[in-house]
Amino acid sequence: MSRSCAVPAFPSLSRCNMALRRVLALAAALGRRSCCSKPPLPPDFVQALRAVVGAPNVSTATAVREQHGHDESMHPCAPPDAVVWPQAVGQVQELAALCHRRRVPMVPFGTGTGLEGGVNAVQGGVCFDLSRMDAIAELSLEDFSVTVEPGVTRKALNKHLRGTGLWFPVDPGADASLCGMAATGASGTNAVRYGTMRPNVLNLRVVLPDGRLLHTAGPGRQPRKRAAGYDLTSLFVGSEGTLGFLTQATLRLHPLPEATAVTIASFPGVGAAVACTVQVLQAAVPVARIEFLDEVMADACSRFSGMGLPVAATLLLELHGSRRSLAEQQQQMEEIVQQNGGSSLAWAEGLEEREKLWSMRHNAWYAALALRPGCQGYSTDVCVPISRLPDVVVETKQDLQASSLTGPMVGHVGDGNFHCILVFNSQDPEEAQRIHAFTQRLGRRALAAGGTCTGEHGVGLGKRALLQEELGQEGLDTLRSIKAALDPHNLMNPGKVL
Amino acid sequence: MAALRVLVGVKRVIDFAVKVRVAPGGAAVQTQGVKHSLNPFCEIALEEAVRLREAGAAAEVVVATLGTKASQETLRTALAMGADRAVLAELAEGAAAGPREVAVALAALARRLQPQLVLLGKQAIDDDCNQTGQILAAILDWPQGTFASRVSLEPGAVQVQREVDGGLETLRLRLPAVLTADLRLNEPRYATLPNIMKAKKKPLEVVPAADLGVPAGPPRLRLLQLQEPPPRAGGEKVESVESLLGKLRHAGRI
Repeated sequence: MSRSCAVPAFPSLSRCNMALRRVLALAAALGRRSCCSKPPLPPDFVQALRAVVGAPNVSTATAVREQHGHDESMHPCAPPDAVVWPQAVGQVQELAALCHRRRVPMVPFGTGTGLEGGVNAVQGGVCFDLSRMDAIAELSLEDFSVTVEPGVTRKALNKHLRGTGLWFPVDPGADASLCGMAATGASGTNAVRYGTMRPNVLNLRVVLPDGRLLHTAGPGRQPRKRAAGYDLTSLFVGSEGTLGFLTQATLRLHPLPEATAVTIASFPGVGAAVACTVQVLQAAVPVARIEFLDEVMADACSRFSGMGLPVAATLLLELHGSRRSLAEQQQQMEEIVQQNGGSSLAWAEGLEEREKLWSMRHNAWYAALALRPGCQGYSTDVCVPISRLPDVVVETKQDLQASSLTGPMVGHVGDGNFHCILVFNSQDPEEAQRIHAFTQRLGRRALAAGGTCTGEHGVGLGKRALLQEELGQEGLDTLRSIKAALDPHNLMNPGKVL
Repeated sequence: MAALRVLVGVKRVIDFAVKVRVAPGGAAVQTQGVKHSLNPFCEIALEEAVRLREAGAAAEVVVATLGTKASQETLRTALAMGADRAVLAELAEGAAAGPREVAVALAALARRLQPQLVLLGKQAIDDDCNQTGQILAAILDWPQGTFASRVSLEPGAVQVQREVDGGLETLRLRLPAVLTADLRLNEPRYATLPNIMKAKKKPLEVVPAADLGVPAGPPRLRLLQLQEPPPRAGGEKVESVESLLGKLRHAGRI
């Protein structure tokens, strides 16, 4: 499994390291092959690619391929054999048909901000960089819907919507491509109130592996609800590029809240903070964001952003509503927090104050890395039923301490979803082994609690074995049947999910 | 602060995210079918005025613009952000205006409305002139605080922190005064649906620009020519450092 090709020293490629690669290779054994033992693409094929999109939109340069061979996870870079930039859906179709005829693997690429190696071209092939298709169309303020192509990121869409009173609330942290977010079934801090990507995608324009065009809810349609046939939209959401190219998504927009208030509460322990979350949800407070930081994370974030927070389990809470309903929610929240031994609450209502608090939370990844400079990071992503959350979190924390791992915890506890940001020295094979064992135990702990091994990041390269345990044989066989029906030659992003 | 009125001048510009193209002829940019919005610095000025009113330091915020009929949409956005009423100094379709013309219109409105404070954005993102506030202050003979990054009202005066080349400068200006907003003054709010609905009912007065003394005919500032930057040429790989130095010298770069 070793790569003998020279790897330039890009900062993110420094994550490629022998120790962890060996460990991951065990998990991702099937379908991998060394890029040096495989012949490059035949020149006539590359010429045919150029004929579709034009020579400037095809690249076989090493640097370009390596840029497109990794995302923000620590899976080793696996560059494609060529990168193409289609400018229109017709070109995507032609390129796909061409690759299909010649049985060349295809990998969709949006912003490369995924966390599970979704864009790593483990079998080489052609990477379709869809970022130049960036039209925002069919914005309907009355229907609360808009259509976007893969080059549109969530921040770009919300800036475009400025002044309309509407927004797209799914916020996974990174400024990701919206179609990419649909492909991974992304979620984020607002999911507890506004939902994840799945309920917010109304229609998808998909290019199938053979180049045919599919509109999952029918061409040009965006009803708010439908009962017409199998739910193809939901099938493609979360398909991680293994069933087709998502070249356009019709999204459900929401009204901006009239008033917003944010607060931080510190708790005597992790259990108290998580129990408070459970009670907030059971009291049916329509909380918009409820984020948990354990004391290690709270301290790291606080120091990284200069905020001076107490070193304690912390909840970061956001409420949306009209002015009057906000006051009511604030009162309910204060009572519940107090009952759980939480600190008293100071509410931030101005835009600048609120943004300061949230950017502290959004910098969690970098704050965690700053705890051990020079180390790599890996984020776990389990999601369990709310009722099981306190136990699972406490057990995980104990496991972290017993394994002597640095793993500050941050979580969208309103969904039962939390992340351990494991910060480790990738040059130390023993620590890498402990990390791997810990993540396997965590995945299985979540499955045993009736949850999932991945709440929002996706299966990608690293969780395929856990997917098997999660769904069982029948589940996996059903997925394989669907994959075989839509992509019989396994050309779409091979080596991922299944 | 009894009855302190704030006049906010705004401009409708091509949206910052649009890739601007020069129209054939080289005399203007393509504006047909292109997304327009409220100039970002004007938004900041408006946000500051609305905050002053919300804090009780001002009683009324009037927003005004010099533009064609299309600018009414921009004024409605400003009303949705919290302005109380709007005035459109209307230009004929196809007519153009520069900083001087805008300043003349705003000066006439200022004489009519008697605001204690005029807030403008420091510059528009289409022409980047950074002149209107200064010309307006000169016409009215009022003190000016440009590039404001902090504003606080006092009885009869306003304290302004300005972002200047050397750092920050704080001035106290007697009212009435003209201020122009810089980027770090505040973070403007997003208009919400209920406010957009309410804005439809707020008063929007249309006044012909000529009535405000804006001279007919082309603006004082004449645009001679527009051209896009030259297309990017391909790079060149060289084999050695000597070769690189030679090529840089040849290109006159070192």
